[in-house]
Amino acid sequence: MKAFAQLLDRLSFEPSRNGKLRLMADFFRRTPDPERGYALAALTDTLKFQHAKPALVRALLEERVDPVLFNLSYHYVGDLSETAALLWPAAAHPGEPPLLSEVVMTLATTSRAAFPRQLTLWLDTLDEIGRWALLKLITGSLRIGVSARLAKTAVAILGGHEPNEIEDVWHGLVIPYGQLFAWMDGTGPRPASVDPAPYRPAMLAHPLEERDVASLDPKDFSAEWKWDGIRVQAVAGHDADGRRIAKLHSRAGEDISAAFPDLIESLRDPRFGDSALDGELLIMREGRVQSFGTLQQRLNRKTVSVKAMADYPAHLRAYDLLAESGEDLRSLPFTERRERLEALVDRLHDPRVDLSPIVAFDSWEQLAEFRADPVQAGAGPDADAIEGLMLKRRESAYVPGRPKGLWFKWKRNPFNVDAVLMYAQRGHGKRASFYSDYTFGVWRGTPEAQELVPVGKAYSGFTDEELTRLDRYVRNNTTSRFGPVREVEHTTEKGLVLEIAFEGLNRSTRHKSGLAMRFPRVNRIRWDKPTGEADRIEVLESLLNSPNER
Amino acid sequence: MCRGLTEICTRSRSFFVATLPDPFTVGFVRTQDILTLTPAGIYCPAGDFFVDPMRPVGRALVTHGHSDHARAGHDKVMATAPTLDIMDVRYGQDFTRERQVAVLGQAVRIGDVVITFHPAGHVLGSAQIAIELDGFRVVVSGDYKRSQDPTCLPFEPVQCDSFVTEATFGLPVFRFPDAETEARKLLASQALFPDRTHLLGAYALGKAQRMIRVLRDLGYDRPIYLHGSMVRLCDYYGRAGIDLGELRRVDPAQRGRLGGEIVLCPPSTLKDTWARKFPEPITVAASGWMRVRARARQKGVELPLIVSDHADWPALCATVREVGCSELWVTHGEADALVHWAGMQGIEARPLHLMGYGEESDEALDEAA
Ligand SMILES: [Zn+2]
Ligand SMILES: [Zn+2]
Repeated sequence: MKAFAQLLDRLSFEPSRNGKLRLMADFFRRTPDPERGYALAALTDTLKFQHAKPALVRALLEERVDPVLFNLSYHYVGDLSETAALLWPAAAHPGEPPLLSEVVMTLATTSRAAFPRQLTLWLDTLDEIGRWALLKLITGSLRIGVSARLAKTAVAILGGHEPNEIEDVWHGLVIPYGQLFAWMDGTGPRPASVDPAPYRPAMLAHPLEERDVASLDPKDFSAEWKWDGIRVQAVAGHDADGRRIAKLHSRAGEDISAAFPDLIESLRDPRFGDSALDGELLIMREGRVQSFGTLQQRLNRKTVSVKAMADYPAHLRAYDLLAESGEDLRSLPFTERRERLEALVDRLHDPRVDLSPIVAFDSWEQLAEFRADPVQAGAGPDADAIEGLMLKRRESAYVPGRPKGLWFKWKRNPFNVDAVLMYAQRGHGKRASFYSDYTFGVWRGTPEAQELVPVGKAYSGFTDEELTRLDRYVRNNTTSRFGPVREVEHTTEKGLVLEIAFEGLNRSTRHKSGLAMRFPRVNRIRWDKPTGEADRIEVLESLLNSPNER
Repeated sequence: MCRGLTEICTRSRSFFVATLPDPFTVGFVRTQDILTLTPAGIYCPAGDFFVDPMRPVGRALVTHGHSDHARAGHDKVMATAPTLDIMDVRYGQDFTRERQVAVLGQAVRIGDVVITFHPAGHVLGSAQIAIELDGFRVVVSGDYKRSQDPTCLPFEPVQCDSFVTEATFGLPVFRFPDAETEARKLLASQALFPDRTHLLGAYALGKAQRMIRVLRDLGYDRPIYLHGSMVRLCDYYGRAGIDLGELRRVDPAQRGRLGGEIVLCPPSTLKDTWARKFPEPITVAASGWMRVRARARQKGVELPLIVSDHADWPALCATVREVGCSELWVTHGEADALVHWAGMQGIEARPLHLMGYGEESDEALDEAA
């Protein structure tokens, strides 16, 4: 547990991918079986046990620490596990700390009634970092910035293999992965791959920033619409007995086949072959894509009725091909994969599966126009289901994760408004000691008697440096405090203007302003702008009626 | 109870002591009879001097050389010899008109009070100042710590009626491991990343020299590189007899070649463009704030070392108990928890919320680290 806790601690601070890989590879190299296997299971989030409730941690702590001191500490640290780890009184005779394997196996067998006592024993033997790691693990909230993919990549480094080779055999492995490590150490054979229709980790896009555009050459990119459905992977293959297997995986790798027998039927078609296709799951009625709300009728279900399948017919709009007839295509450039995808969809000739069309363009200006008005670019009746554009570098291989500079998503224009900062609240997690949640307002009333009315709350969009500055600003300009909230000076003369970007606006009876913003975030901090020049509520009200609102 | 009871009983006002069980009402020398708060800081009227004043004054008694305590421009300064030297190094020889060397443990009368300097264990030259009037003793401790530090004299607990303390880390979440354990983390990281520069942010006075000395004691004998602003104080420590091994000033043109080396710099430079020219630098910081993850992450620290020159919570509590005070003034920091704890021990505690010491700004984080 000690070495694992130190690894988690180091990982939680290490920003670079390479640094994380090195830390994990070093750990896997130095740590014996089965401890490293349980660590790998924890890092890939494959451990299954009943998570402990934060309330239990709190209760154990309250038995040991003065309530005033506990509250002051919790308020300062902001995270319950960490507060508990730091406050837990040192035991007089601590004893040996548990191994990670002991923790995992005990968790699987300990009764709910016996658990508090067990947890106490463990906490008594560990130091601050050990307690923090244990509490994070048992409450199911590791959050150390390591994806399952990255952990597997670190394992691959041990044996000098490609991460995809690990991925290929992963589904057939069991905790604590003795077979896998033996293969990496060169003391065992490659484990058999058992999943005939495996999920392949998805390649993700970065949001396109205005400043990116200048540095990118439109000739290097291919554009497609970004559809308002859910991204899926449709995969087919043959199992050991030669039976044909087809599966639909969600973007997170969850098997959602049972809810979509209509699509699975199409994928079982031998013409689809042993292939893996990346696409958008949509509902199509009479040749038209239905809204996301309609699609939700079929999501998160274990099974589906015949009626639901008839009322909400599932459709797959394909945009990438990861494997064909057993051949892995992920290392090919996008343009080549796209050609093979087009041929496959053509061959399959199934009304349930079609291609996401390529949007041809010459310049970013032209593409911006298409994005603003997809109908003009020939999107036809499906234009309502378009969220924006996807830009894919023509040369890009299919790289799992979110590689830089290859794929971009370019959503339709958000709205902007200049608002005044009114209240600030401490954040959570890593921001717990900073005022990072901002309530902002716009002016209302006559110019002689105007007042600020709160219209939303934002807690993102700024850099860490900006956060530091905002936090200091809040502390230095507080007019009153109530609990975790500080009221910040906001008059016509003094205060801070925040340029807020948001995705949409709804009427709301729950808000004083009568409006509710969707996804507001701080676009820019207008240190320069006088509060008197911030926007008025009328500006927002006019947007409510704007046709572009969605 | 008050250790100066017998002396007080000889005074005319002392009659009330026997009849009034609450010593905090009348007829008793109390902290506020010896010290008052002014905009310039803590003032002792009976001796007509300030302790660690924040503005230029006639006579200042200075606990230690950190810039939030030791400022230039006072007419007279009394401090330990190393503290006077450090002020000279930092501000130039004209930092005051008249210097008076305080000898540790030697009582000196100033006006109606008798003062004595005692080691505080914070940085080289740091001292607590005991002030006695009519048998009532107040100790102004300045900044202090109780953990081992090879670069300065250890804290000496002084029995007193009233203790004036900082509370920079005055929350029970602050329990610090020993500095060697933390320094070993740096050496382990250097072994794992032998091609990357380890940039260790540490305050130029005290922390930097302590970290170097601790690394030397662990057997690290390669040259340690210094940001230019750290050279003068490290040189001074060397002159004062603290061997820091081979130190080299970073030549900005050679930064790209310092992969695998340990480079010390002020915390505020860690995120400067200056820092980016090293090969894949790892940001290391040695500070008590590193105990709280959100703090470390906010500062962009990749390898936090929990090493502080301030007392942690157990040390604060232990010290208050040891000095046996009945009154406690908390100058700055997380005062609420310490005041609450002292109240539970039957000690009359008062938060002063003095501004200017260890403030939350970046500059002061450097100071308080
Ligand atoms: Zn200091
Ligand atoms: Zn200080």
